[in-house]
Amino acid sequence: MSTDRVRVVVTGLGATTPLGGDVASTWSALLAGRTGIRTINADWIDSVPVKFGAEAAVDPLDVLPRPEARRLDRAEQFALIAARQAWIDAGTPKVESDRLGVVVGSGIGGITTILAAYDTFKEKGWTRLSPFTVPMLMPNGAAGWIGIEFGATAGVHATVSACATGAESIGYGIEMIRTGRADVVVAGGTEAAIHPLNVGSFAAMRAMSTRNDEPERASRPFDKARDGFVLGEGSGIVVLESEEHALARGARIYAVAAGVGYSADAHHIAQPEPTGAGIMLAMRRALANADLAPEDIRHINAHATSTPAGDVVETVAVKEVIGTHPLVTATKSMTGHLLGGAGGIESVFTILALNERIVPPTVNLDDLDDGIEVDIVRGEPRELPQGQLAAINNSFGFGGHNVAVAFTTA
Amino acid sequence: MAMNEQDILAGLGKIVNEITGIPASEVSPEKSFVDDLDIDSLSMVEIAVAAQDEFGVEIPDDQLKHLKTVKDVISFIQN
Repeated sequence: MSTDRVRVVVTGLGATTPLGGDVASTWSALLAGRTGIRTINADWIDSVPVKFGAEAAVDPLDVLPRPEARRLDRAEQFALIAARQAWIDAGTPKVESDRLGVVVGSGIGGITTILAAYDTFKEKGWTRLSPFTVPMLMPNGAAGWIGIEFGATAGVHATVSACATGAESIGYGIEMIRTGRADVVVAGGTEAAIHPLNVGSFAAMRAMSTRNDEPERASRPFDKARDGFVLGEGSGIVVLESEEHALARGARIYAVAAGVGYSADAHHIAQPEPTGAGIMLAMRRALANADLAPEDIRHINAHATSTPAGDVVETVAVKEVIGTHPLVTATKSMTGHLLGGAGGIESVFTILALNERIVPPTVNLDDLDDGIEVDIVRGEPRELPQGQLAAINNSFGFGGHNVAVAFTTA
Repeated sequence: MAMNEQDILAGLGKIVNEITGIPASEVSPEKSFVDDLDIDSLSMVEIAVAAQDEFGVEIPDDQLKHLKTVKDVISFIQN
């Protein structure tokens, strides 16, 4: 591996999640093992078989001024809130406009805008459509707004890879800095898809948990009784920066964004490939890209969505490529599944785990499923050792996308 | 019956504030929507549609582009 390559560090974190309206409240809830999953009180709930979800803890309409909020899709609202937090957390970096980039994607885009706008169109005609309908529904809208907010002219991108979107965005951001296109990149994912059409459509795939009588127990990755994922919403954003740029301005460095590995299953549009070959390839490539050995990896934030098909094969791949020594956790047990936002918030969690040397627990894991031989953090958080450590955030998406992002301690 | 200029101005101020967040007090007759109030063309469409509802007058697209100032809109609505 090249050793003179640009090192990329993480200098800012932002999030708005089902556990809290910012990083601090979300992280403390995670460490306490609290869940953000509860019954949904909506007028449409009787039309779908799933009666719960992980709604954002803080309504973006309570954060953003109304004139701003009305021209943003909810996914864009989450992303802008998280990006502003991350930017402030990074100390509002002074950076040349053409050295600043944005990579923020969404799995689905502005679907609630699309559906509401279509109702308006049918009932009242085209003249009553908001002139902001298109920028609200386009999946690159969040990236565009964030780019305008911070004056990022080095490039504004929106990767789309379903539930791997957030991680892929961060990977792309690392590459933008490494290849010399930018010194600072705002990167992450966002999603706002709690709508009856989405719930109904995921239910039609039989992908969602229907544990309606105990929603807080519904997301149970690795547990024998898991019966599907729980839909969540929110955004997680990081500020990536070349180490040189960060050191020059005396920035606080949370962790090193050491590398990324991508692969594709080329197997099935929605089902995981049963041997885990694609997941293994992504993790191997992340190790190579980050110049790390399997034994360096001490923690893995697993994709583990609580679906019967996916969770075990990921652990098989981890054991094969990394080993049984890392502390593995599935934070979706508390946040639900943020789809395109998942890789964003879970990268934030992976970075904080390294920075604070503590791994949040997987909750609801009562009865470990057969075939799982990795060390899963159950019930209570566990400490990571001192010294130089590395961790991986795994994210996979419908379409067969596999992304593994590697971080190391600063 | 032509509407009172002050009433139209007050109504426009409310609409502009609702859509853009600009204080209604800044919406005075001599102000240009684009140059003084920094309102973009998409927001102008929203303002025009809201004004049509509020004042019950149709503002065709070919007219909208000629309405540069607050005073222009007030006059259009009055006539």
